[in-house]
Amino acid sequence: MIEIDGLTKSYGRRIVVDGVSLTIPRGGLTGIIGPNGAGKSTLLGLASRLLAADRGTVTVDGLDVARASGELLARRLSVLKQENRVAARLTVRDLVAFGRYPHSRGRLSSSEWAHVEKALAFLDLQPISGSFLDELSGGQRQRAYVAMVLSQDTDYMLFDEPLSSLDIRHAVSMMHLLRNASRSFGKAVVVVLHDINIAANFADRIIGMKDGRVAFHGDTADVMTGAFLSSIYDIPIRVHRLEGQYVTTYALPGGPEGGAGEDPVLVAGD
Amino acid sequence: MASQMQARTLRSTIGGLTAGLLVLGALAAASLFIGVADLTPARLADPATREAAMSTLMDSRLPRTMALLLSGSCLAIAGVIMQMLTRNRFVEPTTAGTTEAAGFGMLVMLLLFPGAPVVIKSLVAAGFACAGTAVFLRLLRAVPPGAPLLVPLTGIMFGGIVGSVTAFIAHRYGLMQSLGAWRNGDFSVVISGRYELLWLTLVLSVAAYLAADRFTIAGLGGDMSRNLGLDYGKTMAVGLVIVSLVSALVVTTVGSIPFLGLVVPNLVSLAAGDNLRRTLPWMAISGAAVVLVCDMVGRLIVAPYEIPAGTVFGVLGSAVFLYLLLGRSTRAA
Repeated sequence: MIEIDGLTKSYGRRIVVDGVSLTIPRGGLTGIIGPNGAGKSTLLGLASRLLAADRGTVTVDGLDVARASGELLARRLSVLKQENRVAARLTVRDLVAFGRYPHSRGRLSSSEWAHVEKALAFLDLQPISGSFLDELSGGQRQRAYVAMVLSQDTDYMLFDEPLSSLDIRHAVSMMHLLRNASRSFGKAVVVVLHDINIAANFADRIIGMKDGRVAFHGDTADVMTGAFLSSIYDIPIRVHRLEGQYVTTYALPGGPEGGAGEDPVLVAGD
Repeated sequence: MASQMQARTLRSTIGGLTAGLLVLGALAAASLFIGVADLTPARLADPATREAAMSTLMDSRLPRTMALLLSGSCLAIAGVIMQMLTRNRFVEPTTAGTTEAAGFGMLVMLLLFPGAPVVIKSLVAAGFACAGTAVFLRLLRAVPPGAPLLVPLTGIMFGGIVGSVTAFIAHRYGLMQSLGAWRNGDFSVVISGRYELLWLTLVLSVAAYLAADRFTIAGLGGDMSRNLGLDYGKTMAVGLVIVSLVSALVVTTVGSIPFLGLVVPNLVSLAAGDNLRRTLPWMAISGAAVVLVCDMVGRLIVAPYEIPAGTVFGVLGSAVFLYLLLGRSTRAA
């Protein structure tokens, strides 16, 4: 269980995360959604000890992330940031093998290699496992980073917009993979997501953020409503069910046909 | 399957390294028999000339060759460590102010404690190198990410400032000659009894190899390092100390060899990547081989005179540096 209590972080005078308290249980996929600047990435950074909080605490199974040894924590919780500027010219297999570092400290036994191969297979990376990262496309590189986190095999896995450079096929298969990891292996997977349809269809729980605070938090079926979504995105959003899936629609200025609305969002020449 | 593949990789790695070491051994053997004094295997074997030949070998040629091997390998290793820690392909001790700061430290020691043993002078120089590199790393915080070429430019300018202050003081006190010796790697001065400090670099190279995984992970960036449980700050500090000591030891015994720590790691990385556990031995072998060849070329082309190895490499290295700058800058970040 991840317990967040009174977490606050500000940059200068701007408060980015404002007194957030949350409990995220083991098992299941938790999606974090919200508009730009809502504090989603900062919350993830604080929860994973990449950032230091101004106030408040985060504990993972009772372990205070601000105080616990980095080595111990790395066997329980892993995190993948959105932007990864990797300078080292590593092969995909080498990178994924470094995911085992917290467990092996560099001496990989054959059972450790099994983890690596499994992570490579999960993300469909075996054909390019010998390629260097700097020779890959953005999407392939992103899958390699996710494979590294999977091979780290921690109970808690935090991802900041892991779908950002993936096409729809890989995005959907990535979400299937993360959901399976959370359901079949009892992992807690926390994912910051941009796409509310993907969040609605894959997450078991959804945290909605706005202005550094948690606006709502609950089971997807309970919080996936037009009222909740409209309240954080500040535009009218409606939620429908279509063949069992969630589909959200949003109001277009001047109606679905376009045309001259009263309050056009986009102005010509903008 | 995985372990079989690992075993196969291991075998081919060992095979490759053995071949590399054989080439290096051949180069080192050639280096032993090049020079003004007449030293050939035949003269070593002939009882009549053996004594004179042995003395040339042991007092001059062997120390020179060892100095070449040691400094070439440790400079290449120091270079790649800096490149991992700064996550920039163009950083090495001479493009980060490290070497210049070490020279400044030596000058301070020459002025204040001229009688101090060389070990003490080198350690003080290493302290200065450490401080200089720390200042460089502090300056880097002001460099916007996504401007990789600004990083070595900042370092070269910073080194230039430190270097000119050093030159000004050295000029005032008539120590320009010593300064020249530190600035240009020259192995003709190496004789038995005047280079042994360089053996310390072997210890540092081994230490770097033991920490190889940590440096590679540091090259993945601060966030990924912390995610993998690496103490990022400590790794930076250990790397900084290794690089500073290496720079100071090489500067004080044979003089700096600019761009060696940049050219060799870039070429090895292009061919074999950056998993330092695997590539550090290649860094050492290639660095040593390049310096050996440069020194031999310097001894042969104007025989019986010599061109310092640092100068020979300067010509070669700056050409390769420019090539790398133009060709690799796009993915240097």
